Order: sequence, then C-alpha cells, then structure tokens
Amino acid sequence: MSEEVKKDPEDSIDVGPPITVNRYGPGKRLNHWITATSLILLLLSGLSMFHPWLFFLTALFGGGQNTRMLHPWIGVVLFFSFFIFFFQLWRLNLLNRDDVQWTAQIGDLVRGNEEKLPELGKYNAGQKLIFWGMTFFILILIATGITIWDQYFLEYTAISTKRVALLFHSLAAVLIILLFILHVYAAIWTRGTLRAMTRGTVTGGWAWRHHRKWFKELAGRRRSDPAEYK
Amino acid sequence: MMDSPRTAVSNPPVQPMETNLTERDLIRRSATQELPPPERQLTPVAKLIDVSKCIGCKACQAACVEWNDTNPEIGENIGVYTNPHDLSENMFTLMRFTEWVNPDTDNLEWLIRKDGCMHCADPGCLKACPSPGAIVQYSNGIVDFIHENCIGCGYCVKGCPFDIPRISKADHRAYKCTLCSDRVAMGQGPACAKACPTQAIVFGTKDDMKKHADERIKDLNSRGFANAGLYDPPGVGGTHVMYVLHHNDRPHLYADLPDNPTISPVVQAWKGVTKYAGLAAMGLTAAGAILHGIFGKPNRVQRQDEEHAESFVQSGEPRKEDA
Amino acid sequence: MTNAWTDIKNTDLVVVMGGNAAEAHPCGFKWVTEAKAHRGAKLIVVDPRYTRTASVADFYAPIRQGTDIAFLNGVIKYCIDNDRVQWDYTKAFTNASYIVQDGFGYKDGLFTGYDEEKRDYDRSTWDYVIGDDGFVATDPTLQHPRCVWNLLKEHVAPYTPEMVERICGTPKDKFLKVAEMISECSTPTKTMTSMYALGWTQHSSGSQNIRAMAMLQLILGNIGVRGGGMNALRGHSNIQGLTDIGLMSHLLTGYLTVPSEKETDFNTYMSTRQFKPLRPGQTSYWQNYRKFMVSFQKAMWGDVAQADNDWAYHYLTKLDVPAYDVLRMFELMYDGKVNGYICQGFNPILAFPDREKNTKALSKLKWLVTMDPLDTETSRFWENHGDFNPVETGSIQTEVFQLPTTCFAEEEGSLTNSGRWLQWHWAGGSPPGEAQHDTYIIAQIFIRLRDLYKKEGGAFPDPILNLSWDYADPNEPTAEELAREINGRALTDVKDPTDPTKVLVPAGKQVVNFSQLQDDGSTMSGCWIYSGCFNEQGNNMARRDNHDPDETGAYLGWTFAWPLNRRTLYNRASANLEGKPWDPSRKIIEWDGSKWSGYDVPDISPTAKPGDVGPFIMNQEGTARLFARGLLRDGPFPAHMEPFESPVANVFNPKMRGNPVARVFQTDLERLGTSDEFPYAATSYRLTEHFHFWTKHNRVNAALQPEFFVEISEELAKEKAIDNGGWVRVWSKRGSVKAKALVTKRIRPLICDGKPVHVVGVPLHWGFTGSARKGFGPNSLAAFVGDANIETPESKAFLVNIEPSSAPKDKEASA
Ligand SMILES: Nc1nc2c(c(=O)[nH]1)N[C@H]1C(S)=C(S)[C@@H](COP(=O)(O)OP(=O)(O)OC[C@H]3O[C@@H](n4cnc5c(=O)[nH]c(N)nc54)[C@H](O)[C@@H]3O)O[C@H]1N2
Ligand SMILES: Nc1nc2c(c(=O)[nH]1)N[C@H]1C(S)=C(S)[C@@H](COP(=O)(O)OP(=O)(O)OC[C@H]3O[C@@H](n4cnc5c(=O)[nH]c(N)nc54)[C@H](O)[C@@H]3O)O[C@H]1N2
Ligand code: HEM
Ligand code: HEM
Ligand code: SF4
Ligand code: SF4
Ligand code: SF4
Ligand code: SF4
Ligand code: SF4
Ligand SMILES: [Mo]
Repeated sequence: MSEEVKKDPEDSIDVGPPITVNRYGPGKRLNHWITATSLILLLLSGLSMFHPWLFFLTALFGGGQNTRMLHPWIGVVLFFSFFIFFFQLWRLNLLNRDDVQWTAQIGDLVRGNEEKLPELGKYNAGQKLIFWGMTFFILILIATGITIWDQYFLEYTAISTKRVALLFHSLAAVLIILLFILHVYAAIWTRGTLRAMTRGTVTGGWAWRHHRKWFKELAGRRRSDPAEYK
Repeated sequence: MMDSPRTAVSNPPVQPMETNLTERDLIRRSATQELPPPERQLTPVAKLIDVSKCIGCKACQAACVEWNDTNPEIGENIGVYTNPHDLSENMFTLMRFTEWVNPDTDNLEWLIRKDGCMHCADPGCLKACPSPGAIVQYSNGIVDFIHENCIGCGYCVKGCPFDIPRISKADHRAYKCTLCSDRVAMGQGPACAKACPTQAIVFGTKDDMKKHADERIKDLNSRGFANAGLYDPPGVGGTHVMYVLHHNDRPHLYADLPDNPTISPVVQAWKGVTKYAGLAAMGLTAAGAILHGIFGKPNRVQRQDEEHAESFVQSGEPRKEDA
Repeated sequence: MTNAWTDIKNTDLVVVMGGNAAEAHPCGFKWVTEAKAHRGAKLIVVDPRYTRTASVADFYAPIRQGTDIAFLNGVIKYCIDNDRVQWDYTKAFTNASYIVQDGFGYKDGLFTGYDEEKRDYDRSTWDYVIGDDGFVATDPTLQHPRCVWNLLKEHVAPYTPEMVERICGTPKDKFLKVAEMISECSTPTKTMTSMYALGWTQHSSGSQNIRAMAMLQLILGNIGVRGGGMNALRGHSNIQGLTDIGLMSHLLTGYLTVPSEKETDFNTYMSTRQFKPLRPGQTSYWQNYRKFMVSFQKAMWGDVAQADNDWAYHYLTKLDVPAYDVLRMFELMYDGKVNGYICQGFNPILAFPDREKNTKALSKLKWLVTMDPLDTETSRFWENHGDFNPVETGSIQTEVFQLPTTCFAEEEGSLTNSGRWLQWHWAGGSPPGEAQHDTYIIAQIFIRLRDLYKKEGGAFPDPILNLSWDYADPNEPTAEELAREINGRALTDVKDPTDPTKVLVPAGKQVVNFSQLQDDGSTMSGCWIYSGCFNEQGNNMARRDNHDPDETGAYLGWTFAWPLNRRTLYNRASANLEGKPWDPSRKIIEWDGSKWSGYDVPDISPTAKPGDVGPFIMNQEGTARLFARGLLRDGPFPAHMEPFESPVANVFNPKMRGNPVARVFQTDLERLGTSDEFPYAATSYRLTEHFHFWTKHNRVNAALQPEFFVEISEELAKEKAIDNGGWVRVWSKRGSVKAKALVTKRIRPLICDGKPVHVVGVPLHWGFTGSARKGFGPNSLAAFVGDANIETPESKAFLVNIEPSSAPKDKEASA
C-alpha cells in the first residue's frame, strides 16, 4: 500500500495510519517554489525601487545596479515558471457553483464554522481567486515589465506608453503583493497546509475539513481499480 | 564666498577657489525625504538660448563633447542636419533643425533649437528617481545627475517632460546636460555658452537672463515677430535653461518643444498616490495578517476531521463505490 | 577686408552675398549679431540656397549661381534711377567725372578690342583722356557724355528688375526689396557692409563680382567709413597672410610683383611700377615702390645685393606666363612636364577641380613630397579605395614622401586674419611623434640643396648660395627671428632726409615701420606692408590691449594691423571734403585744421589738407575707380557673363560661353558639359561642422556631420523619385559621385528665362581618409577653369545630372 505513494505522488490517499493524502508531487512542488522564490525576489527587488524607504533592499542584490539588472530577469523566470505551474492547475481552478456559495459564506470560514460551507474539490474559491489573480497580474507585470525594460526594449515603445506601463507595473505589483500576502497567510492560517508544498502531503483530516469533495473522490478512486496502481 | 558666475564669456577666476556647489547647497535630492535645508541660498542661474540668434553651427555640441569628454558615434546622414540623430549618453545637447514655411508670410524659416536638459525648477526626472542622491538639485537651480548613485532604471527618462536623460548601454547610468555644474562650481560658465560664437547662448543669474531676454524680445518684435517671447514654462516651475523663441505662441514648431510642459499626470499618479496607497495597502495587509496570525484563531484540523476522514476511507470501502 | 571684423558691429545693413558668413565664419559672424542686437541692423542674404546665415536674416533672396553681376548692376541702376546716390562722396572720391577715351565701348556682351583667337582684349582704349598737363580730363558737373558716370549709367541700363529676374531667377519683388533696403544706405548716416567670399570669387568672372559690389558701395558712400567697406572673408586662418607674404607664383612680398621675362633689368621693371599721380597735388603711394623693393632684395641677399648689381635683380625668377597658378601646374603635370611636386599643407586631390585629371597628373610625377600633419588623400592618391578612389595602384610609379609636420596649434607665430590683423600666438603643445615644424623641414631642404649646389655647381647657383640665412640655429629659424626680418632693420645708419645730421635709425636697429625704409640699401625688410609688426618696441603682434575708446571697434592696442596698424583702409573717406565726418556719430578721423586725428591711423599723410589729396592714395587718381581702366582683363565695368557650364545661354550674347577672356586649356574645354546632357546647376560649399578635409580626421566633427550628402529641392526629388536620406548618383562630364540625398525646402527651383533651373548643392568635406564615413567631394565633378584675372577655379557653378542609386562600394566589397 505504501508503495502507492511513490507510484502516484499526487491525488492519492495513503491509508496510513494516520491517513495522509498526496496533494503535490515533487515536480509541482519544485515548480511552486521556483515560482515563489522568484516572486519574493521580485518583490524585494521591485520594492527597493518602489519607495526610498525600501531602497536599502538593494543591498540584498549587491547594490542598485544589480537590483535593476536582475529584477526583470527574475521576472522572466517567474513568468515561465508560473505558467508551467499554471497549465497543470488551471482546470482545477475553474470556478463552479459551490465557489459562489462558499464565497457568500466566507464569514463562516473565518469564524471557524467551516462545516456550514459546501463541500469542496481540490481548491476553494479563495485559492482560485489567488490563482487567477496571480495569473492576471503576472501577465500584466510581464507585459508592462517588458515595456519598461529599457535595456533591451527601449526603442519599441514611446515614453508616454512607458509611463503608463510603469504605473500599471507598480499597481500590479502592489496588488500581486497583496495577493501574495493573502496566499501565504492563508497557507499559514490554515494549519496543515504548508506541508502540502513542503512534503507534498496533507493529513486526511485536513483534506476532509477543507476539500471534502476532493477527498471523497480520491477515496473512491482509490478503491475503484486497485490494479491501476500496480 | 564666490557666488555663481554672471556671464559665460567672463574669464574664469584666476585664484584657486573652492567648489561652489556642495552637498550643503542641495535643495532636492532624489529619493531622499528628510533633506536638511541648505545653509545658504545661491543666486539662481540660468542659461538663455536665443533661438533667433542661433546659426546652428554646433559649436556648443562640440564644446559639450570636449568638456565632458564624451564620444558620440559617427553615424550616417539620413537627410537632415541634426547629427547625431538624437541625444545620447555621449551627446548631452543637440541642435534640432526644422524647416517651416510660415503661412503668414509664406517665407521659409529654418528653426534651429538647441535641445538639452532644461533644468526644471520642478524636475520630473528627480521626482521619478528611485535612487537616493542619483539626481540632485542645487539652490542655484542646477539639476545634476550623480552617476555613482545611479542604478540605471531609466525612471528619470519617464519622469522628464522634455525627453532628455539617456541611459548608457555601456555603464547603465543616466546622462544629460549638467549645466556644466563642474564649471559653474568653479566660477566658469557652461562650455557651450563659452563656445557659442554668436552668444545665442548666454549664462548668468536667472534675473539677468530674463532682463536680457526682454531686450531680445523687443528686438524681435521690432523685426515683425509679434509673438516672440521667453520660454520659461510655468508647468515645471520655470526652468534654468530658457529659450527666446520668435514664435513663443507655438513652441511645438521647434522640433516638438512641448507647448505647456508639466510632469505627466501618469508620472504624478505613479510617484504619488500609487506609492502611498500601495505602501499603505501592503503594510496594512501584512500587519493585519501578522496580527491575525498572533491574536486570531488559526484554522486547525480537528480530531473529528481526522476521524471522519479515516472512517470514510475505511467504512465506505468495500461496497457502493464498486459500480 | 577694408575694415575689421570688429567694425561690423557699426553697420546698419549687412549684405551677405557670395558667402555664407554664419556657416564659414561663425566667430566673425558674432559682429553681425552685435550690429543686429545693438544697432538694430538688418541682414540680407542673397544665395542660391537658404543657408544658416539666411536662417537669422531679415530678408533672403535666392539667386542663380554665377549671376551676381546682373543682380548688382541692377541694384546700381536702381540707385541711380531713384537718386539713391551719396553725391558728394561719389563726385569727390570716385572717378565718376573722369573722361574716357572715345574708342571704348560695349556691345553684345563684349567690350571693345576683343580678339576671339587670343581669347583676350586689346585694352588700349579702356582709359581716360589725358590732358596736356599729364593729368586726366574731368567734368565735375557729370554732363560730359563720355564721363565715367554717364558711361556707367548706360552700362547698367539693361539691368532692369525684369532682366534681373530673367537672368538670376530672383523674383522681381524680392529683388526690389533688396534693392530698396540697400539703396537706403546712400545717406551719409546709414552704412552698409558687404561680406563675401567664395560665392563671388569662385567664378570665371569672380573679380568682376567683387568690383560690382565695390562700385555700389562707392556710390552709396560706404567705403572707408565705419560699418562699411568691402569685406572679403578670408578662408584659412592665415590665407590673408599667405597673399600678403606673397605665396603666389606671380607675387613677391607685400604685393610687389614678380618680374616678367620681358623685364630683363631693374629699371625696366621699376618703370611700370612707380605710378605717377594722375591728378594735380595727388599722392600716389606706389612712388615708394623702389624703397620697398630694394629693402626686399636686401632682406633676401644681404650684402650681395648692391646698387651696382641692381640689388641682385637678376636673382629673381622671371615669369614667361602671367602666373604658375595651381591649374597651370596641374596642367603641366598632366602633360608630363613636371618631375616633382612639394605639397605643403595642401590637399589638391580634394581641393582642386577635376579630380580624375589631377590624379592622373600626380601619377605622372617622379616624386611627390607631402608636408602635412594628417594623412591626406593627396599623399594617398595612389591607394585604391574602391569607388572612393578607383585607381590602379600598380600602374602608378610616383614615389611619395610623407613628411609629418606640426599643426598651427603646436607652434609659435602669427596668423593674419581677414581684417589684416597680425595676431601672434603661442604653441599650445609640443609636436607629436616624428612631426617637425614646417620651418625646420624647409630649412633642412634648403641647407641640403645649398650643399648640393656648393658641391655640384649647376646652371645658376648664386641665388641659392647667397641667400641670407642669418639665424641663430640655421637648422630651424625661429618665428621671432623671421618676424624681425619681415619688419626690417637699418643695415647702416639711416639719416633724416631733411636733416642729415640726425640719425633716424641707427645701424642694426629695427625700423619703426615702412616709412623708414630706403632705396639706397641702408635698410632691409622682408615684407614692407608688415613693417611695424616687430620693431624696437617689441613684438607688436603679441599686444593684447583691448581698450577701445568710445567703443568704435578699432582696438588699436590689440595686435598689429597692416599697414601701419591701420584698422580701416581709406578711412580718409569717412570725412567729407572739409575733413568733417559724414556721420559725426561714426567718426573715424577728422581734420582739426592742421592735421588728421581720431580713433584710427589716418590713411593719408597726417598733414595732407582735405581737398588737396584724395583718399585713395594707392591709386594714381587718388580716387576710387568706378571705371577700372585696363586693370582687369575682362572689362572696366562688370558685365554679366555666364559660367562656363551654365543651364542657360547668356541673354546678351547666346554664343558666348563663360568669361570670354578666361584661360581654358584645350584638354579641359573638351571636358566641359552642356545643359542637354547635364541639366542641373550644381554649386559647392562648406558646412560649419567641418574645416575642409582636416576635421573629418577628428571624431567630434565627424560625429557632428558624418557623411557626404548632396542637397536638392523637394521638386527635383519628386521629379527624379529620390528619397530623402537615400543614395543618389551625381555626375558631370568629368566624374561621378555617390551621396546621400538631403531633400530640403531650402533649395527651390529658380525660374530663369522662363524655364526652371534646379540647383544641386554639393558640400566639400569628405574623402577617403580620416574618421568620418568615406565619401566624395564636389571636385570629382567641378570644371578645370578659373577666373580671368586670378585663376580661382569656378567651383561654384558647374553642371551635373542626378539619379537615385545604390550605395558606393569600398575596396573590400569591390575587390
Ligand atoms: N566651417 C568652415 N568654415 C570655413 C571653411 C571650412 O572649410 N569650414 N573654410 C574657410 C575657407 S578656406 C574659406 S575660403 C571660406 C569660404 O567661405 P564662404 O565663401 O562663405 O563659403 P562657401 O560655403 O564656399 O560658399 C558660400 C556660399 O556661396 C554660395 N554661392 C555659390 N555660388 C554663388 C553665387 O554665384 N552667388 C552667390 N551670391 N552665392 C553663391 C553658396 O551657396 C554658399 O552658401 O570659409 C572658411 N571658413
Ligand atoms: N569645389 C570646391 N573646391 C574647393 C572649394 C570650394 O568651395 N569648392 N574651396 C577652395 C578653397 S577656398 C580652399 S582654401 C581649398 C582648400 O584646400 P586645401 O588647402 O588643400 O585644404 P585643407 O584641407 O585646408 O588642406 C590643408 C592641409 O594643411 C594641413 N595643415 C594644417 N596645419 C598645417 C601646418 O602647420 N603645416 C603643414 N605643412 N600643413 C598643415 C592640413 O592637415 C591639411 O591637410 O579648397 C578649395 N576647393
Ligand atoms: C513563501 C511563499 C509561499 C508559500 C509559503 C506558499 C505556500 C503554498 C501552499 C502551502 C500551497 C498549497 C496550498 C494548497 O494546495 O491548498 C500553495 C499553493 C499554491 N501556491 Fe503558493 N506559496 C508561496 C508563494 C507562492 C507564490 C509566489 C505563488 C505564485 C506566484 C504561489 C502560487 C501557488 C499556487 C498557484 C498554488 C496552488 C493553489 C492554487 O492553484 O490555488 N505560491 N502555496
Ligand atoms: C514578470 C516580469 C517582470 C518584469 C519583466 C519586470 C520588470 C521590471 C522592470 C524593468 C522594472 C524597472 C526597474 C528595472 O529595470 O529593474 C520593474 C520595477 C518594479 N517591479 Fe517588476 N518586473 C516583473 C515582475 C514583477 C513582479 C512580479 C513584481 C512584484 C512582486 C514586480 C515589482 C516591481 C516593482 C515594485 C517595481 C518598482 C516599481 C516602482 O518603482 O514603482 N515586478 N519591474
Ligand atoms: S536611471 Fe535615472 S531615475 Fe534611475 S537611478 Fe539613475 S538617475 Fe535615478
Ligand atoms: S528637463 Fe528633464 S532631465 Fe532636465 S531637469 Fe527637467 S525633468 Fe530633469
Ligand atoms: S551646459 Fe555643459 S553639459 Fe550642458 S549642454 Fe552646455 S556644455 Fe553640455
Ligand atoms: S554654438 Fe550657439 S550659434 Fe552655434 S549652434 Fe550652438 S547655440 Fe547655435
Ligand atoms: S576658425 Fe574657429 S575660431 Fe575662427 S571663425 Fe572659424 S570656428 Fe571660429
Ligand atoms: Mo579658402
């Protein structure tokens, strides 16, 4: 039984005891952390240029010149790494009717009455919001980022365009940072989540509590055709 | 203490002197909020470029290259006299030639404008610059780039209403006319003004330059240029490089000199509300998260959750799902 | 220049015609801006192109190149017709009232005495009626039909505004506006200055262009006055010095002339040079010729030049032709008649017309020496550079020696500016690499030659063996030594002629100026007009006193101006017959009852009573000449002549081609094109960004104007489907170039005689060495013909054709 974990690193249940659920394989985790690292570096480097209070952050990158030079390249890494991630997850992040109800009853979540919420698949509406939000802002950031990346793309746009791009880059950066905070905080607040991205697994209880539909489905699937997993 | 020189043609002082422009004379410093007020106020200076006197000889360009020891590229001819074709990190000033047929007189006019930094009283470049001390403004009005502090981000380019700064591809630093701050600091006028054979470029205190401009405008009025005037655009708080234009009602004729330059509202929004609202939003969100993290109740998986999960996996096992 | 650069600030009207002062003389042009800013002066530009000077002008009028005489004669006619003449001046100070011989006349574009075979005039009738007293006959009332004034009136009569438009292409209203503005300067209190250069000189009728304006200035009373004058803007920083010091094949120093082969002895030579006055009581300054000449011979040959050997007159070369000008030298070279050529600071491959011919000519030399700080095209004429210099290196046998010299900034000495100021300068740096001063190199060549002559004898070694060479270091005379020699000194005590007991100049001392030079061998002077530059007071050229009492612009304490530190030539003419200034606010000198005094050195004997002596003491007449007698080869009055290559026929005589007396070599005649084949009127000129062919070696200048181009009108560009910034081929009968096209509103087609004439502008400055992009210059196209009087090539008017083309190929690509 326990070999099954190796064979199917994802979306499978390890009966335990205790029960663990495989949520992310190592590929996805690596992908996620590259993405996360990039964004953190971008945030730090970007913010160092965003406001003089934060200029000291340039020291992390070996000074202002390096910060300025590295930031867009990291942006490129982020872009690719995020979209590799994106194409693996986007279907599961499509919104459905449950998400609407979930969102409407978000107060119950905060108050700890998660039981009152509908049963969910692999992702809740909050995660989906973050997923699509990240997608959207990263698109904006890459588009505006390239527009203002004068070292290579100076000639292609007019200064007036660059000004707007810079404004939108800043705005998108702020918003993606808000999303990021939300995302990280949600991961921390929702205890037991972090290990999904570190070890790749969550406990059965976590899955039952937060993503019951997903859990039930995995449980069902697990029994459907053991031979499959052989 | 010697103040700024009064004219570019006056000979430089022969006595050794200390530099006139020091850290203590800064009235603005990029990305620096608490700048101590300067101990003294230098007399505001200005370079006045009388476009109606300029013969387009480019001596100013050559002098600028020589003084600043730059190395503009040897390009090609693309059917204009404007060479090099644009300002660059190696060409801080550029004569821009425009052929214009005056519809009122049907006469051809060859409008030749010396392009370069205007040394705005309210400099958009400085406003945009994220790097502390990369752009400074002295109390005499000179806006200068301090290259060792420059990170090469190019924000100054976007901040500038006149499209002046250029980022070097070689050392990734921003360059523009310094108003020869290094010369002015030592009691000399700008190199370009000194080289100008017709004194189309003059340099001195801003007040003197305005008076001089008045005389020039009267002369131009008497020659039929009713709209001659001084270009000292209020939108950027006035400039320390000013033009006398024969057609001051239509500055755009002169190779797209902005009619009414201001720091772009987009830039204002970017450097203004975005920063504050953004910082506030990020700060509050982060703080909220932290506070909630400390004081709020985390969303913990309960024992029952684990049991439910376990029992669901076990109990439901053999039966219904086989179908 | 009759006046000085600094004097231009005193003018009321600047006419820039035949030059482009802002562009070619930007620093001098500041005085125009001064006049405009502080006197409210107006600026007129008349040029085939709307130039940078035009960009700051009050009025611009276009003109077809080579037609200025028609324009100026038209203005003279306008002034006469409208009574805009300064009569007192004209009557008193010009030869208007002199009676001309009956034989003289003008018809069908030609003056009397034309000999088509010889391409020359018999000028014997072009002269005054001389009375029995030996003086010229005059009619001060100007009634006599044969007086100069009436002949002039008759001569300019055809040049109506309509005729001017027909010939020059200048729209009638524009011409009239210019004429009106100019004519206002006929009052004694308004002056106009004429600033001109190559736009007038580089024509086969160049001298006559200048005469036409000089005549106009005379009848307006503008010569000799503040803010007036005929101001030739000289080119190279020391080109004025070059002519002053006689670096032309027919000149000695100070405009003393080289004898012709017919003048076999000194007395014959002198007989035609010491002009006698033509009016009673007049001074003719050339009566002192002998003093200057003897002092010159003493400077050359010292003790060897003695009264009994006619001051070594036989040492002087004698000319068998009027001059060995550059065109003639290259013609001889082309014919294989020249063995060697020393090219000192000269780049003829680019500077002289018909490059193909000149390249062939150089290829026929045995050796060529170039003395130059730069790697010139001439020193590399044998090198193949693809389209840019398509020679077959293997077929050229000329041995080339490149001697690197210093540049002016690396040496001490003086430069004479257009205003005749000898300005001393000091070396700004030491010679780089193997470079040597020109004086050193010349001294070495001389010493080695002398040694050879000493050893081997030769046909006539004496002038070389006996040349004075009295320098502390014979290997390298210093600038100061040369300057002192030029100034001159007493060889033996010079006695006061009125009191022989008084010694004016003790032996060995510098003369104070040329007034102390003698014809008895007691003085020597290398160049009489420069005498005074370095006397016992010291080096006057190094003076830098910029005091200017009453701000007249004279600056008498600044350097030294020839002659005698005089700043405005003919300044006696600034005062009326009573000796009072025509315009009191513009006084230069004034007669105070006993002598002349004022702001400048009087151009007349300080005690010569007004009314007795005319102001133009260099002329036998004492007056200025509206009628030039036989002194110019092509006519006593300027008459319209077309350039040799012209898009239209001469309206006065369609059969006439070019200047009827200009010299044309047979080979070059065959290389002239016609307007059927070459319909467009080309001209050549400078750009501010470059100085000839030197500054393309400098990266800064090269960046400011990197690439060869030609300028054409939008109309021609459209007609020929030429794109702005695209490549074009331009070709003439003599050669072809490729250039970028600069399509501009500043050139417009001119309507001449009813048909449009398209102007093609070809700037000067590119070649195949240096930092700028490789290019061509106009001299691959221009014609090998010169002015009838001084052989300046007709670089300003030639015919070309033009078409869009591909880029030229350099060597690598074409090989
Ligand atoms: N920047 C710069 N300055 C220079 C020089 C240089 O190489 N570069 N060279 C120096 C030298 S050596 C000289 S000699 C001077 C020459 O100085 P300029 O004579 O002023 O210079 P160019 O450009 O040869 O010609 C002047 C003008 O004559 C016009 N022109 C041509 N033909 C005619 C005509 O028939 N009539 C009239 N009215 N105008 C005509 C041309 O369009 C041109 O604008 O410049 C000196 N100064
Ligand atoms: N088509 C056309 N042709 C023209 C003209 C035109 O307008 N149109 N203009 C004509 C005129 S006015 C002129 S003056 C000529 C100019 O023709 P050039 O006099 O042949 O041209 P430059 O380039 O001035 O050449 C002078 C050389 O002297 C060198 N030199 C500088 N200083 C020194 C020194 O101290 N010693 C020595 N030995 N050499 C030195 C320079 O390096 C340069 O190579 O061109 C003429 N040619
Ligand atoms: C320190 C930084 C971060 C931490 C601690 C973190 C943590 C986590 C955790 C624990 C999960 C699993 C949650 C779950 O599956 O329910 C997760 C999922 C995910 N994270 Fe992050 N993350 C970080 C940064 C980022 C960044 C920078 C991005 C994107 C730019 C990102 C994008 C995602 C996405 C797309 C998912 C999948 C969930 C979904 O699709 O909604 N994460 N992250
Ligand atoms: C996606 C690709 C990205 C590209 C190509 C990019 C590019 C750039 C560039 C060129 C700059 C100007 C400074 C410089 O040249 O280094 C910049 C500034 C900035 N970037 Fe990015 N960036 C990207 C993503 C991000 C992301 C994800 C963030 C936020 C986390 C971010 C935040 C910022 C911030 C805050 C600034 C400073 C803006 C200001 O000063 O107002 N960037 N970016
Ligand atoms: S590029 Fe401009 S805005 Fe950026 S740091 Fe340098 S000076 Fe400041
Ligand atoms: S012109 Fe541009 S670069 Fe110059 S001070 Fe003004 S904003 Fe700055
Ligand atoms: S003031 Fe100095 S730096 Fe500015 S254009 Fe003039 S010479 Fe160049
Ligand atoms: S130096 Fe003076 S006249 Fe020449 S281009 Fe510059 S501003 Fe104009
Ligand atoms: S030679 Fe130099 S200093 Fe003299 S006028 Fe020309 S540009 Fe000016
Ligand atoms: Mo010249």
